[in-house]
This record gives sequence, structure tokens and C-alpha cells, in this order.
Amino acid sequence: MYPNNYHYTKDHEWVAVNGDTATVGITDYAQNHLGDVVYIELPAVGKHLDVHQTIGSIESVKAVSEVFSPVSGEVVEANIELNNSPEAVNQDPHGKGWIIRLKMKNKGDLQALMSAADYEKYLEGLEA
Amino acid sequence: MIREPLIFEISDKGKRAFRLPKLDIKAKKALFEGLAIRDAITDFPQVSEVEVVRHFTRLSQQNYCVDLGIYPLGSCTMKYNPKVNEKVAALDGFAQSHPLAPVDMVQGNLEVIKLVEDYLGEIAGMNAFTLQPSAGAQGELTGMMLIHACHEARGNPRKIVLIPDSAHGTNPSSAHLCGYTVQEIKSNENGTVDLEDLAQRMTEDVAALMVTNPNTLGVFEYDICKIAEIVHTKGGFVYMDGANMNALTGICRPGDMGVDVIHINLHKTFSTPHGGGGPGSGPVGVKAVLEPYLPIPRVEMKDDVYVLNFDRPGSIGRVRSFHGNFLVVVKALAYMLSLGPDGIREIAEMAVLNANYIRKSLEKDFHLKYTTPTLHECVFSDKLQKDHGVSNLDIAKRLIDLGVHPPTMSFPLIVHGALMIEPTETESRRDLDMFIEAMKQIAREAKEDPGILKSAPHQSYVRRLDETTAARNPIVKWEREK
Repeated sequence: MYPNNYHYTKDHEWVAVNGDTATVGITDYAQNHLGDVVYIELPAVGKHLDVHQTIGSIESVKAVSEVFSPVSGEVVEANIELNNSPEAVNQDPHGKGWIIRLKMKNKGDLQALMSAADYEKYLEGLEA
Repeated sequence: MIREPLIFEISDKGKRAFRLPKLDIKAKKALFEGLAIRDAITDFPQVSEVEVVRHFTRLSQQNYCVDLGIYPLGSCTMKYNPKVNEKVAALDGFAQSHPLAPVDMVQGNLEVIKLVEDYLGEIAGMNAFTLQPSAGAQGELTGMMLIHACHEARGNPRKIVLIPDSAHGTNPSSAHLCGYTVQEIKSNENGTVDLEDLAQRMTEDVAALMVTNPNTLGVFEYDICKIAEIVHTKGGFVYMDGANMNALTGICRPGDMGVDVIHINLHKTFSTPHGGGGPGSGPVGVKAVLEPYLPIPRVEMKDDVYVLNFDRPGSIGRVRSFHGNFLVVVKALAYMLSLGPDGIREIAEMAVLNANYIRKSLEKDFHLKYTTPTLHECVFSDKLQKDHGVSNLDIAKRLIDLGVHPPTMSFPLIVHGALMIEPTETESRRDLDMFIEAMKQIAREAKEDPGILKSAPHQSYVRRLDETTAARNPIVKWEREK
């Protein structure tokens, strides 16, 4: 369910790293709890984000939640496809439902994140 | 069932409710020359009087309202709106007075404003109130602006506002609108503010803590005095969202707990119409230190006459035209005077009793994530029903079939699949039992026949609506087919 090569946060974001580019999205657990996503507020390309700074908000039929940046860096791309098809976040949260790509400032940020196995263990704790 | 057409769809050219007699004097043509008046109205529905009356009566009959039955929306305090309030607010001296009338013609109206400010001050334990804000969220913004103005006058407006994750949903946006960065304080296992987390985050960059008490779980912040002390030690203010004042009236006073600013929702706690029924009103109360910043004008007594004082250099200015939603204030005063001090205490006693009666009656049928004692509302979840594939949405939809308005759903976010129930003091034992029986029936159906819940509602005018498509592709304007 949760790709092994991704990194995860307690707030249910994931990061996929390719060189010094980090792709960020929300996890399957998060989309499942949000319900049908109807709108995603994307940041401007070029914006600098610190760790845990708000990327934007994500609106579902149930609630509006914030998405936090798991790593620091500069936004190099936002998934503008989500403007027309926010359902991608529900249908393919770990793939087509990605939200932004960042040029990472500090790869050390990744060390604070969880592996897929640790994240799954963390989810079990939440469900209990 | 036949769909009620839109009023535009029953329009026929030339139909009208009444016709004026033919003019027997010469028409004056250029009376409004130069003014922005349109020549013709296009696409205005043309219908007869009886068609208008039937159309809107049919629509009203498809609606649910607090005059029909229990309306247990948690956090919303959907209490009954006593009819005497309407009668008083409709008196000519109130309803027909002009907001720009000279003060010597509206002494009674100014007295109403002063009385309500003083009564709210007494109930909340605050030194002064403004009645200008139009509703709760505007009250929150006003409160934040007062705090900002005071910090600024002291030389540093500060940057951060702390908000617990059990606060009302509007709090973060109000702080944000005022230019503050919001930081969230986690709840502890009791569902109250985590004091350690608060102490750690409370720095001299923090302007205020916004706390909802009792919070959205219905839990009273037992440590509110300690919380206030932590915030005050670093020079911050405590803002209390008073939307849940219905649990406290006449029992205890936020001002005595160290709260510096509070807003109160007259359309919740003080029984004025709510939702589509009428505008809101969100008075803001402050301690003396913040009084200089209150919006202008202030109603004051000078030589035995009420006057409007605009001369307050520290004021944040107006937050609303004229005097706020004045007739709502009149209704709230009618409510306070008809109850008296003992009655105002009884509001809270009955509201808390009713909510706990529901909680106790349903605690075996629905899951309670936080078992801390609660006041005027309780938050169940769909955890037990999830095993049968039934969600809080299905439960809410089925309640419609059983003649009950569903409770607040999926909020607060710290309880997944939340069902937030607030009966208010309005409901009789008989009506509470009817609600409880409906919920118990749903718990049984979830085990025995979940399909009936998944496809609910069955009895309503419209079946389950496609909320997702409605949110993704809203069609907000009707257009005639070409």
C-alpha cells in the first residue's frame, strides 16, 4: 500500500526523492479520512517553504485541512492538473495525486521522516 | 414526488399579482433622469399571487426547522426562538426607527444597547461590550483587532496566535485575517489543552491564545485559570470563543477565569433566529485594559441623556455600519428579561442535563472517543458502525427518514467520523427520547440491515445528494434554455 521508497510524516504527507527534487503528496490514509477531495489550494512556483510550513489547504466534502511541507526548499512545480481533477488525490494519492515538487534545501530534513514500515506501524497505533 | 419547479420555470408572459389602475393624471417622465435606473427588467418571473404563495409555501413545507422538532447540531446551539422576542422586536419604536435618527428621538433604542451591553458584561464577567459585530466570526476578528491595537500601542503587535485543535473552526481564519500566524496546540488524552505544549509555545511573540470553553468536544477546560496565567505571564491575552456560553450562563463567568476578550453569539445563547431565519449578532466583551480600543460610537449616559461618543482616539473604528443588527439585540434583551437571572442559570443547567441524558442513553450504542465528562454537547463517532461498513454520513441520512435533523458531522477533526450532538435546553424528555430511540434503531440497523442506511434517506423530498459533484462543479445561476 505505502511505497517503500517514500518518506512519511505524522501529518500524513509523503515525500518521494529524486536527486535533490522532492515530490510531496498526502497519503492514502489521509485521503480516505478526508473523503472526496473537491479543491486543492496550490502554492506559487518559486515560493520558499520551511519544514512544516503550510503548502496550501485541501478541501473535501467533510473538511478543510492544511498540508504541511515535510522538507524545506523552493517550489519548482505545482500539480495544476489538480485544479481540474481534484479526484486524483483520492484515486491515486501516491502517484497522479502529487501536490508539489520542491528543490530541496537540506537533505537532512528527510532524517526526521518515517519509512513505509514505520508509518504503517504509526497508523496501527492511531486506529487502536 | 413531483419536483417543485423554480419560480422562473412557472413564469408566463403577462401574468402578474396585481394591476394598478390607469393613471388619470399626466405622467411625469423625467423624474429620475440621470439616475442609474434600468429601462426594462428582463427575465423577471411573471406569476400570479396565488402561484407565488403556493410556490413558497410548498418550499417551506419541504424544509426542516426548529419549530418542527429537535435540531441537534453540535456547536450551533439551535434552540427554540421564543415568539415573544419577535413581538417585541416588531414594536414600531424599534422596527420603524431610523439608524441615523437624532439621538433625542431614539433614547429608548440607545437604552436597549446600553442595557444589553451591561447585562452581557454581568453574565460574562467583562467590563465593557460592543454590539456592532454582525455574527460570531466578525466578533472573533474584532476581538483580534482589539488585541492587535493594544499590543501595537505597547510597541509590539506580536506575530503569533495559539489555537487548540479543539477550538471552533472559524478561530484560525479570524486570527489569520488579522495578520497573525496561527500555531496549533494539541489536545491531551482528556480532550483539553495540553499545558506543557502551551507553556512551550507561549513566547513573547505570541499575541493571544484563542480558546473555546467548553471546547468543541463539550469538555470544560478545567485548567483555564492556569492556562490564563501561562499566557498572561508572557504578556499575551486570552481570547475566549463564547459560542458555547449556553453551557455556562449564570453558573460561572469567563471574566473570572482570566479571559480578556470574549465574543458571544446572540443567535445561539440568547435565542435569536439562526441560519436562514435571521442575521446573527456577535457582541464582543473586554476587560478594562482593552476598552479604549472598542469600536465607535459608544453609547454613553451624559446629563441623564444617552449620547453617542465618537471621540475615542484609541478606537479601532467601526466594524459595522450603524449599530450592528439592532433588532437581533432587541430580541436578545426580550429573552434575557423574560427569563430573569434564575432563568438564565436554568438555561445552562437544562442544556447540560439534556446533553448528558443523550450521552448516557447512547453510550453503549455509539463510540465515545473522549470519556471526559461533557457539558452541553457530546461527540460520538461511527467507530462501532464502521465494522458494518456504515459511516457517520449514512447515520445522518437515516435520521432524516426518522424525522430528525442530523447532528453536526465530521467535526471536530480530532474525532474521526464524528457525530456532534447538542440538544439545547429546548427539548422535552419526550423529544429527547424520540431522538434517542431513532439513534438506537440506527445502531440496530447497522448490524442487521446496513443496506437500509447506505441508501438512506428513503422518505425525504430528495434522496441522497451528490455532494462531491455539487462542490466540484457548482451551478449557482439558473439560465433559461435558449
